[in-house]
Amino acid sequence: MKTLLAACLASALLAPALARADDFTLTIKDHKFTPSELKVAAGKRHTITVVNNDATPEEFESHALKIEKVVVGNGKGVVRIGPLKAGKYPFVGEYHEDTAKGVIVAE
Amino acid sequence: MLGALIIVFREMLEAGLIVGIVLAATQGVAGRGRWIAIGIGGGLAGAAIVAAFAGAISEAFQGSGQELFNACVLAIAVVMLMWHNAWMARHGREIAAEMRSIGVAVSEGARPLTALAVVVGLAVLREGSEVVLFLYGIVASGTSMGSVFLGGVLGIACGAAFSALTYYGLLAIPQRYIFAVTSWLIALLAAGMAAQAVQFLNNGGLLTAFDNTMWDTSWLLSEGSILGRLMHTLIGYTERPTGMQLIVYVCTLVAMYLLMRIARAPERPRAATV
Repeated sequence: MKTLLAACLASALLAPALARADDFTLTIKDHKFTPSELKVAAGKRHTITVVNNDATPEEFESHALKIEKVVVGNGKGVVRIGPLKAGKYPFVGEYHEDTAKGVIVAE
Repeated sequence: MLGALIIVFREMLEAGLIVGIVLAATQGVAGRGRWIAIGIGGGLAGAAIVAAFAGAISEAFQGSGQELFNACVLAIAVVMLMWHNAWMARHGREIAAEMRSIGVAVSEGARPLTALAVVVGLAVLREGSEVVLFLYGIVASGTSMGSVFLGGVLGIACGAAFSALTYYGLLAIPQRYIFAVTSWLIALLAAGMAAQAVQFLNNGGLLTAFDNTMWDTSWLLSEGSILGRLMHTLIGYTERPTGMQLIVYVCTLVAMYLLMRIARAPERPRAATV
């Protein structure tokens, strides 16, 4: 009951943001992101679902996007970005920075 | 091994800095070691619990649970820091005078050490849960990862050493100024945390007002660099602050200043000066 209430409250709060959002998915496998380059429209809000298909946790991190988000092994997490100015916004999986990296291109 | 050391050390920097500042700010207070140890111990236990339930926390509130949790943790820390500074504004001078005249720790009990113990605990909890998850990932991913695990442990040791460095560095400040300096450090720390909390609410989709980026100084100092991370913790440096972050940062500083002014006001009866 409590969770239902919380969910209703959250959806009420989130509804305006979600209404304008385009959804994207990033998948982590073998500590790599697919796709490694994601094109999004500048000036709009987007939600990205980060799906972690590895057994180990990963931290989706981007200073350019001001996001730090832990995604547990075989789990997923939602990150919200935007509105972005046109440009490139790199991101990494902080726990495997040498392989887990990608860029969001706003245009 | 080096990679793991660097990752863990980076996560430890923030907590290490906060512990060092808190140690310096509580200089000359009997029983502070115990309180800070309780804070660190509680933080570590909390970090393990948070790491264990990371999946559940993340999925709560339509996927905004993690952001909401981080924002709450930061907000509580900000309140505790304000409480500490207000208390210090009222009693700091007496303590400094006592310490000068007797030269030993005298003030006991009365100080809100609980507030700072909570701040330390929350800092360790936030950063520590990421370290726990990272080390868990290493352990879970295979057997030949001993050296990486060792790197992680060494990273924790480096973080502790950094904490000691912060503490002794601050102790080099003459006793007369140390409370003033630590009060300002704590004020900036709190403002930075408040701005960070706002960003978490933004990331969670819960507060999107004024979220346009005001400027970009990533060319000057990257937030990913060690110095950038230190400045992020110390004064809340953000390479691309949003309007709301700036507003909250300034408001927190002003609120802190006013609170300290009010607390400092002498308790003499007010003359009717109308």
